[in-house]
Amino acid sequence: MPPSQSNANNWARQPQRWFEARLQQWQTLERNNVQLEHDKAVPEALVSATVAAYPELARDLAIARRLAPKGQLTTHLERLYANTHRAIFQQPRRLTSNLKRLFRHEVPAVTKLLLPTILAVTFGFMLAGLVGWWLVDTYPELASLFASEAMIRTVQNGELWTDGMLNILPSSLVSVQIFTNNILVSLTAMALGTLYGLGTIYIIGLNGLMLGGVFAFTAQYGLANRLFEFVCAHGFVELSIIAIAGAIGFHAGRALARPGHQTRVQAFQDAVRDGGKLMVLCVLFLIGAGVIEGYVSPNPDFSLNTRLIIGIGYWLLFIFALCGWRLPKFGAANSLG
Amino acid sequence: MTTMNERIVIPSVTGVDLELDIAGPGGRSYAYTIDWHIRVLLAIAWWALGTFILHGSLELIDSDSAGFSAYSFTVLIPAGALYMLYHPVLEILMRGRTPGKRIAGIRIVNLAGETPSIGALLIRNLLRLLDSLPTGYIVGLVTTVITKNSVRIGDLAAGTLLVYEESKDTGMQQLQFGQQSVEQHGIDNAELIGELLARWNELAPTTRNQLATQLLTKIHGQPPAAVSDAQLHQLLTANAS
Repeated sequence: MPPSQSNANNWARQPQRWFEARLQQWQTLERNNVQLEHDKAVPEALVSATVAAYPELARDLAIARRLAPKGQLTTHLERLYANTHRAIFQQPRRLTSNLKRLFRHEVPAVTKLLLPTILAVTFGFMLAGLVGWWLVDTYPELASLFASEAMIRTVQNGELWTDGMLNILPSSLVSVQIFTNNILVSLTAMALGTLYGLGTIYIIGLNGLMLGGVFAFTAQYGLANRLFEFVCAHGFVELSIIAIAGAIGFHAGRALARPGHQTRVQAFQDAVRDGGKLMVLCVLFLIGAGVIEGYVSPNPDFSLNTRLIIGIGYWLLFIFALCGWRLPKFGAANSLG
Repeated sequence: MTTMNERIVIPSVTGVDLELDIAGPGGRSYAYTIDWHIRVLLAIAWWALGTFILHGSLELIDSDSAGFSAYSFTVLIPAGALYMLYHPVLEILMRGRTPGKRIAGIRIVNLAGETPSIGALLIRNLLRLLDSLPTGYIVGLVTTVITKNSVRIGDLAAGTLLVYEESKDTGMQQLQFGQQSVEQHGIDNAELIGELLARWNELAPTTRNQLATQLLTKIHGQPPAAVSDAQLHQLLTANAS
């Protein structure tokens, strides 16, 4: 019989001696756990002592479960065991290296994994946009489905609703409002993917229809060029991110519907974890897009060429970030690891 | 409907399973209600203090007025951020807990019983958007009732769950029996004395007196001399130390 098992049996036969011998150790372990959880730097000796005490505590718990399965002591040891387990197996706090790994390796790997879905969603978004355009172009009265009464009146007067934007609110506040709203829309497109991807279809379809419909409506009054001028500085990145958020939503929905060899929950967890990594980057770029939309887009001092340079430049930077801050290597192997 | 688990059993490297008590919809709602009140109060307090300092009164500021931009950045946006970012920020900083969860005695762990990663905590908070639909966290509440580990969709996606944890009221120091008691009466009797003392205030006086008399008779081989409720409690406490 192994010595530890023999020891455990002896203790189980002499519970009084066991309790007497171990009580102080449990109290020490309790204090160590608090220190391990709250202190940023702990002495090496304390970590070693806790690791060494963990199997002893497991043995104590096994004895307590045998002696009094529902007893007070068992309950206390269960909790102490859980806390010690958590203290020992806690993840190291390495924020910088984790962020570096995220942006250099994980984001490009997820992008590559989702690329076909991103392209499919982009195609769907563009298709919805064309349908929206055709609908409003053919049946102009349908413009009221995509634009508010106030917007329609403004356009009918030959102006864009974005014209006086900076007269109402300062750029800084406009930026905050815009990026908050865009982040919410993107996160919703992603989160609704959990409804087997149907929620994402709704969000992507609706946004595409609205964009196409609004462009068609402004074109009827000769304002489509001015609307493009307003949109181009921030729109490339913003619309790309909406398509990516939709693709992440679809990815999660597909994992739920067709989990493959995994369980449904496992497949869903993996899909959301992968998508979440990509969303971190997207949220950062949405903040930048919001700043451009608040400071550049409504400002008439910026010419179309400047806006295009900003818009395309920012979009290329986004693509560069999606590739892990490297030039894209087509066909290069990537793994999520 | 899936049968709800009361405990989750996690295999450990030691071969002795880790068993954690799962917090159900009740524990979760309790913690959420406390947290909701804290974050609302924090946001209101920030708004009131900021408005009073900047404008000398608590009147609502018109968006046309001068200085609205500065007011937004120092008062309105931080107040909104306090409300919106309360859960993700505190869960990360407090390693799976918030003040509400702490008061309710629960914490977030992953399926291995460990503190979840920052990514997992962000994902469970991101999916609050879905759990809060259509209003009042109905989707989240329903899923905690129908899932076996009592988790909402955010937890399902992040691979997390809420469990009861050791608080200062349940630590080793609070064990209702001591070394001497175990030595004198054996661990079984010491456990019984501790259990009875722990439940003393919840039991009706006649029931607890009857149980105390039976237990003391069993331990000492004769009925106790003490008869009143207070005397029996005192005698039990003396035997427990």
